Amino acid sequence: MKRRTKKKLNQWLLYAALLAVVVALGFVADWSAIRQNFLDPEAFKAMWPEIVTVGAKNTVIYTVVSFVGGLILALVLALMKLSPVGPYRWLATTYIEFFRGLPALLVIIGFVLVVPIAFNYRFPAGAAGGAVAALVVVSAAYMAETLRAGIQAVPKGQEEAARSLGMSPARTMFSVTIPQAIRVVIPPLTNEFVLLLKDTSLITAVGAAAGSRELLAVARDGLVETASGTPLLMAAVMYLVITLPLTQLVAWLERRQGKSR
Amino acid sequence: MTQTMTANQPTPEGKSRRAIEVRGLCKSFGDNDVLRGVDFYVNEGQVVCVIGPSGSGKSTLLRCVNRLEEPTSGTVLVEGVDICDEETDLDQVRSRIGMVFQQFNLFPHMTVMRNLTIAQQRVKKRSRSEAKKIAMANLEKVGLAEKADAYPAHLSGGQQQRVAIARALSMDPDMMLFDEPTSALDPELVGDVLDVMRNLAAEGMTMMVVTHEMGFAREVGDRLVFMDGGVIVEEGDPTEVLTNPQHERTQKFLSKVL
Repeated sequence: MKRRTKKKLNQWLLYAALLAVVVALGFVADWSAIRQNFLDPEAFKAMWPEIVTVGAKNTVIYTVVSFVGGLILALVLALMKLSPVGPYRWLATTYIEFFRGLPALLVIIGFVLVVPIAFNYRFPAGAAGGAVAALVVVSAAYMAETLRAGIQAVPKGQEEAARSLGMSPARTMFSVTIPQAIRVVIPPLTNEFVLLLKDTSLITAVGAAAGSRELLAVARDGLVETASGTPLLMAAVMYLVITLPLTQLVAWLERRQGKSR
Repeated sequence: MTQTMTANQPTPEGKSRRAIEVRGLCKSFGDNDVLRGVDFYVNEGQVVCVIGPSGSGKSTLLRCVNRLEEPTSGTVLVEGVDICDEETDLDQVRSRIGMVFQQFNLFPHMTVMRNLTIAQQRVKKRSRSEAKKIAMANLEKVGLAEKADAYPAHLSGGQQQRVAIARALSMDPDMMLFDEPTSALDPELVGDVLDVMRNLAAEGMTMMVVTHEMGFAREVGDRLVFMDGGVIVEEGDPTEVLTNPQHERTQKFLSKVL
């Protein structure tokens, strides 16, 4: 009885401390300055609807293109990594270790500024195109490991059953192993999708043309134009509007799949 | 009946009566010699049961027959075809050997019907409707026609194993390999699976059965093989081996399990 009272008292003390901090911050904060810098209606008007029609739209396009491209490349790399042929494995391992070890921003800058000169090649859609290609290359390295782990998580007996029915290795892979691996791999892949979505903001650093700017680039230009933090807050809200439903969707998919198991 | 008929059929060299023939088979996993020179055969229409303590190599022997395990040395002939020959179309040979696993290994992402039709369509190139017809006939045979649209997870272990048998039968195999088919089942579910296997044997199916079910081996088996330490210690008529084992190791093993 005594212990319980003590525990309760401790809890109330913690609540009181939290309340005190919030109240103190409320008094100390300069509310008009905060409103002016983050909730300025003029700045909001200046940004709307460009921040959606250009920024958010391009962010989504870049994310989807890099994700799909990265996933296809990742599947090839994962199959190479599981190949019985040594050189394929070494090649895949080298690729994965190389691009996982580099900052994405470095690869983006390299693709946009160095590759066009070194290989005399112009990416379609200019700087943005080069940056997306860089994201494909980098995300493939991460997703390849995820896919490999997913494929290896499928019990060996599944492959044996398929092979003993006379299915070829390729048929076994695509009809039996990969469909089961997808279940395992959906949560980490969604995580990768969200990471990729946030990584598209790195494209801001290489300066795409006005119409192909993504969300952060639009917000940063707005920050300079309106001299207010409002565009940044708008961009933040927009990132969350995209990412939060996505993580919810995956949670729902997982629950639904759990039932059919 | 069918069994005697098959055995009496005229054979060109007298060799083709051997459905499975294994000569001098050795298999090692690293330093571990699992099979140390095994000579083994199953005649067409025969049911051969293989017993022995765990680690005796009996499952490995069975898995070498359709080359799920790569033999280290020795020969494995299936209907006279050397399965380790580079020229042999392994997938083609495998489609003629039905295999039933201890852990069932049904495809969990497919319905029972799809489990039975996919290899028929992809390997045997049967049409969808033909494959479904054959699948349904085999499901009826194992008494699970009403489960065609269920997913494996919704079936009991015994039902899953019977579906697995029906899946193997749908490929019209010449022979069936059973790798401890009842060892993962609850005791009360074993009977249904053994009944299906008993019926198969009565139809004259060639069967190699690795098992711990001594009753089944005695009742259904034409020959019983006792393995220990990677070699065949004793073989012969099941009743003879079970009631009057000649070798000391066989006696010791049987005294423990019977």
